[in-house]
Amino acid sequence: MREVAIVAFAQTPYVRSEQERTETEMLAPVIREAVGRSGIDAKAIGFTVSGSSDYLAGQPFAFVQALDAVGAWPPIRESHVEMDGAWALYEAWLRLQCGDVDSALVYAFGKSSLGDIRDVLTLQLDPYCVAPLWPDSVSVAALQARALLDSGRYSERDFAAVAARSRRDARANPAAQLAGDADADALFAEPYVVAPLRKHACPPISDGAAAVVLAAGELARRVCERPAWVRGIDHRIEPHQLGMRDLTRSPSTRLAAERAGAFDASPDIAELHAPFAHQELILRDELALPAGTAVNPSGGALAANAVMVAGLARIGEAAQRVMAGEARRALAHATSGPCLQQNLVCVLEA
Amino acid sequence: MSDPYAVVARPVRLDYTYTAGTASSRFLRAIMQRRLLGSRCPSCAKVYVPLRTSCPTCGVEMGEDVAVSDRGIVTTFCIVNIPFPGMAVKPPFAAASVLLDGADIPIFHLIQEIPAEEVRMGLRVEAVWRPDDEMEPSMESIRHFRPTGEPDAPFERYKDHL
Repeated sequence: MREVAIVAFAQTPYVRSEQERTETEMLAPVIREAVGRSGIDAKAIGFTVSGSSDYLAGQPFAFVQALDAVGAWPPIRESHVEMDGAWALYEAWLRLQCGDVDSALVYAFGKSSLGDIRDVLTLQLDPYCVAPLWPDSVSVAALQARALLDSGRYSERDFAAVAARSRRDARANPAAQLAGDADADALFAEPYVVAPLRKHACPPISDGAAAVVLAAGELARRVCERPAWVRGIDHRIEPHQLGMRDLTRSPSTRLAAERAGAFDASPDIAELHAPFAHQELILRDELALPAGTAVNPSGGALAANAVMVAGLARIGEAAQRVMAGEARRALAHATSGPCLQQNLVCVLEA
Repeated sequence: MSDPYAVVARPVRLDYTYTAGTASSRFLRAIMQRRLLGSRCPSCAKVYVPLRTSCPTCGVEMGEDVAVSDRGIVTTFCIVNIPFPGMAVKPPFAAASVLLDGADIPIFHLIQEIPAEEVRMGLRVEAVWRPDDEMEPSMESIRHFRPTGEPDAPFERYKDHL
């Protein structure tokens, strides 16, 4: 395998509703910041790939407009995934394995605020038997949370503890939307949104964008003092039909982690893309994270959850800590779909 | 034998709040004053109309706003012969790319007050604005473009803007 590293990361501050700027206007400064930090000339980037969803904007081919932020002339090698930007990063990593290009720009953007995100996400469900019933995203997650409670492994207080820790950690993250000195008992006193999920156990609705620059081998060493090397990356998917799987487990996460070499050594930090508090608990179990691993020091998706961006941001946050010397080995996880349907695991090392 | 397939109707309705953005908002506000705003790229020096915040060619932040003329040149056009529901004008009519004086990128609009078959590349045209009480922040505040009567522009003048 060719050595590939993350050499730069940038993201917007996440907000409940970005009403002034279009997605492209929101994205352009982030791309310039990431490319600027990478030290690689924008025109020398070998491959560009993005992740976003037209369902968020409610416009077909909305992602094409985002190319204004890149500058696609002379023609560039470019691709797009209708998925979280973490999967765009996977494609970029794969592209760099081909060996003919040495650098890649990956970006993701999303305004979750434009439509009713709970309904928009319903459209990712099975269109024949499930989606016509219009179960919204919080209700579907609540089914999973209920199953987890019934398994006896965790309680609703555990959900509140995850949320409280996320918000406290998010205080050190200038990009976070939801941060504060939260007390788990106070959060636990909130009413249910959809039982057994209270507001704190659900992600905020966020608008934002993120960008990552990847470089291979010598180029990475030349442009970055301490590159975050991708030691392993893999993604796996569960059956589409919710009834076909044990919602309290995530075998796809475990398998992706195995393939990415996540179990070879303990990470110093782990950035887990768990939009709902109970999902972090499921992921921690599957990844067998030891007590010494700091989980979601950025605050995670409970602090900001720009749909299509939050997964890439987990990888970027993890890489940032490796590049800054705060971690030697980091694990990043991204998810997509209802109830942790699809999962990606990426292992980074200094 | 049972039906080989079934059709399931599943109506989907989602409502969205669209954001015009900073660039389009400035452009549309200027329209209300019968001004057409573009922006100049500091890298390639091209003037894009409507104005935008990034140069799609260079990927850099746009420079100054540039007011362009409401007169220009038909660079290319098509004749619409087939009516469709909601059509504003009666076919046949010409839909054209109009390179406004001072701009490098043509805009799209209707050409009227001339028989459709006489519309041609190089034709000099000017905007016909709606009356004050009908103005709104939309390209429809220009009702259409019409010939100015000036001599046609030579091909050399617009060959790089097609």
